[in-house]
Amino acid sequence: MILLDRVTKTYNRRGSALERVSLHIEPKEFVIIVGQSGAGKTTLFRLLTREEKPTSGKIVVGGMDYDKLKDKDVPMLRRKIGVVFQDFKLLPGKTVYENVAFALEIAGLSNAEIKHTIPKVLDLVGLKGKENNYPLELSGGERQRVAIARAVVRQPKILIADEPTGNLDPKHAWDVIKVLEKVNKFGTTVLLTTHNQEIVNALRRRVITIKDGKIVSDRAVGQYKSQ
Amino acid sequence: MKEHRFITFERILKNGAINFGRNIWLALAAIAMMSITLTILLFAVVANATFSHTVNDLTSHINVSVYLVDSITAKQRTGLVNQLNDTHDIKSITYQDKATVLKLYEKANANNTDLLTAISETSNPLPAKLIISPTDPNNLSAVKAVLDTPANTKLQSDPTSYSGDRKAAIDKITSATHFFEEAGIVGIAVFVLISMLIIFNTIRMTIFNRRDELVIMRLLGASPGYIRGPFIVETMLYGAAAAAISLVVCASLFAIASQTLQASSLGLLDISYSGHFFRQHLWVILAGQIAAGIIIGAAASAFATRRYLKSK
Repeated sequence: MILLDRVTKTYNRRGSALERVSLHIEPKEFVIIVGQSGAGKTTLFRLLTREEKPTSGKIVVGGMDYDKLKDKDVPMLRRKIGVVFQDFKLLPGKTVYENVAFALEIAGLSNAEIKHTIPKVLDLVGLKGKENNYPLELSGGERQRVAIARAVVRQPKILIADEPTGNLDPKHAWDVIKVLEKVNKFGTTVLLTTHNQEIVNALRRRVITIKDGKIVSDRAVGQYKSQ
Repeated sequence: MKEHRFITFERILKNGAINFGRNIWLALAAIAMMSITLTILLFAVVANATFSHTVNDLTSHINVSVYLVDSITAKQRTGLVNQLNDTHDIKSITYQDKATVLKLYEKANANNTDLLTAISETSNPLPAKLIISPTDPNNLSAVKAVLDTPANTKLQSDPTSYSGDRKAAIDKITSATHFFEEAGIVGIAVFVLISMLIIFNTIRMTIFNRRDELVIMRLLGASPGYIRGPFIVETMLYGAAAAAISLVVCASLFAIASQTLQASSLGLLDISYSGHFFRQHLWVILAGQIAAGIIIGAAASAFATRRYLKSK
C-alpha cells in the first residue's frame, strides 16, 4: 500500500531531514510513526502528500509511483489519500458541512450524493448537529474531527494523520484517536505520526521510530519512550 | 463528462457568489478602491471627449475666403472651384456674388449708419468670394498651392483670408488641436495604467489575506481551476459593482455640477457637452465600465492566485 525505498530528503540549509528511509506498509494496517520534534516525521508526511519531492529514492503509494507522477496529476493523487493536519487546515469561511462537502465537490460528486454522504460521516465523527457551525465556533477536538470527516468522506484507501492530537488536550486527543481506529476498522490504512507516548503505548499497534532522519526501530506491537 | 463540467462550473459560480457575501468587508474595501479608480478613468474619458468636441467645434468654424476680381468670368470661377475640389481637402465651397456679399455686409453692420452711408455712395466696392470649408483645417497646404499658382493669383482681388492675423489664429488652433489630441491619448493611457495597477494591487492584497485557503484547497486535491474559479467570480463581482457605483457617481456629478463648471470654464470649454456625451453614450459607457471592471478584476485575481497554486 505504501512503499518507501531508500528515500533521502536533503535541504540546502538544514542538511538531511531523511536519510535512506525504507519502509513497507500493508493494506489495512494502522502504523504509528514516532520521534522527537525535528526527527523527520513531518518531512515524511510532506513527501507522502507530494508537498515535497525526495532528493533520492522511490515512493509508491496506492500503486502510484511518485517518480512518474506529473504536476498535473498531483491533485488526483491527493484526492485518493485522506490527510489530517496538526493545525486542522479547515477553510475558515465555510461551515462544517461545506468543509466536508468540499472534498466531495472537487471529486465531482453530484449534489444528491453529497447530501446523502455527509450526514453519515458527521455522525461517524460525532459532529451531528454541528453542520452549520463555522470552524471558529468549534473546540480544538471538534475541529480535528471535522478534518478527519473531510479526510475520510471520500473513503480513501489510505489516511495519513500528521500529529492530529498535537494541539489537543488529552480528552479530545483520545476522541480523535478513537475515530481513527474506527476508520481503520472499516478497512482504511492509517499512518499516524505523533510523539504522544501515552497514546502510542495504549494503542498497541505497529510503531516505527525515527531519529535524526533515520528509522531506528520498527516493531509490530511497539512501545515508545519519549525523551 | 459534460455533466461533470457543468456541475463544476455551477459550483464555481455559486462558491464565488457565496464568498462575495461572506467576505463582505474585504469586498467593500476592494470595491471602494475599484470605484474610485474607475470614476477617475471615466472622468478622464469624458473630459477627453469634451476637449475633442470643443476643438472640433472650433475647427469646424474655420474657413478660407478667396476674394475674386470683378472681371472674373463664370468659366474661370468654375475652373478654380474644380481645381480646389481636385485637392480632396475640401468639405464644401460656397460662392457669394458681389450683391450677396454687400447684403451680408449691410446686415452685419446694420447699426453702423456712417458705414452704410459711406458704402452706398459708391458702387459696390466689395469683391465676390469663395468660402472654402476644408476637411482638415490643420492641412491647407494643397489648397494653398492651388491658390498660389500665378494663373489663380490673377483671379484674386485681395490676399486669401488665411494669411496675416487669421493665419496665426488658424495655426494656434491647429497646434492646440494636436496638443489636446495627444495629451488626451497620453492622459487616458496613463489613467488606464494607474487604474490597472491600483485594482491589481487591491485584489492582490485581498487574495494575500486569504492565501491559506488557497494552499489548503491545493493540499486537499482541488485542481488549480477549481480553486481559482470562485476567486475570479468574486473579483468579477467586485468589478461589476465598482463599475455601477462609479457610473452612478459620475452621472450624478455631471448632472449636478455641469452648470457650475460651465460658468467656471469662462466659456472656453463646452462643459455642458460632457453631460450630453454622458447621456448619449450611457449604455456604451455602462457596458465599457462593467467590462473593464470585470476583465481587470478577473485578470488580476487569475494572476494573483497563480503563485499560491504552483505544485511543488
